[in-house]
Amino acid sequence: MSKLKSTLGIIAIAFITVTVMSCKDNNKEQNSTDEDHSEMNHDNSDGHHDDDKKEMAMTGDGNSQMVLNDYFNLKDALVADDNAKAKELGATLAKSFGNLDISKYADPKKSDLKDIIEDAVEHAEHISESDIDHQREHFKILSKDVTDMVAITGTENTLYQQFCPMYDGGSAWLSTSKDVMNPYYGSRMLNCGKVQKEIN
Amino acid sequence: MRIVKIIAIIVLLAFVGIQFVPTTRNHSDIVPSTDFMLVNNVPETIQNKLQTSCYDCHSNNTQYPWYNKIQPVAWFLEDHIKEGKAELNFNEWDSLSSRRKASKLRSIIKQIESGEMPLNSYVLIHKDAKFSEAETEELISFITQLKDSL
Repeated sequence: MSKLKSTLGIIAIAFITVTVMSCKDNNKEQNSTDEDHSEMNHDNSDGHHDDDKKEMAMTGDGNSQMVLNDYFNLKDALVADDNAKAKELGATLAKSFGNLDISKYADPKKSDLKDIIEDAVEHAEHISESDIDHQREHFKILSKDVTDMVAITGTENTLYQQFCPMYDGGSAWLSTSKDVMNPYYGSRMLNCGKVQKEIN
Repeated sequence: MRIVKIIAIIVLLAFVGIQFVPTTRNHSDIVPSTDFMLVNNVPETIQNKLQTSCYDCHSNNTQYPWYNKIQPVAWFLEDHIKEGKAELNFNEWDSLSSRRKASKLRSIIKQIESGEMPLNSYVLIHKDAKFSEAETEELISFITQLKDSL
């Protein structure tokens, strides 16, 4: 009798294990759809920008200005060696890049922008989940993407392209100020670099 | 003693049980025309190396050793492959724009130089996936050349 009991017990436990294990995967999917929802909510919460967009589109650069702002915030976090903040801002930048409205551009520019966005979103996402060394590696390519974007969308404010010859065989970034604050080295070599170009 | 026996049986049963949980297999007989090897002129030694060291997780076709058909190893592997393919799929290379290709090539160089790829857990099992110093050098110079020619 007790043998029967333990056999039943064993079968029950095995069954539970299987159920739990298969549920685990479902949970994961559930979570990821939840994330999608929250992202969509964010999009909606940014909805008021849609109204602004039409107006801003008249001036020539819709929400590319938002991308630039988020990029500069991210740059400042890297200058300050702030890994956690850079993670956060990487995610923000990925979102604002994703929201960039390119519908008003005609084809060669439009496909270039689409391409830039795709690449930039990937790097920004990586920044949102990496240690600071990796963040800086991705920031280098991201800076090129943003520079190429500005060449198409233009900018409201004067920007300065700065260049540090020491980091990874020479690396550039954009800044709103002439003063050199190096995002690739932060406090280790804060002022390494020079202004390479002025972008209006 | 009895309790040990019971626990052993439970573990065994659970082990058998989880074998029935289905997994998605990463398998395809078709090499699409966008494949990295087909669109680039890749030297044979590098082709072989990429195939053994990278393609298991970065293409649509994984060469599964027998133990990778067994749970929970298969789950562990499934996750890796999913992640690996999302990051870089050599089979779909030519569908990327030049900008994205350059980006990916740069990342490949970085990851190999820093020893992040191939993953330690992978090399542990696939001894031949490991890059010797000479192989690393050959691959990096090839990838760099490819990147500069984009």
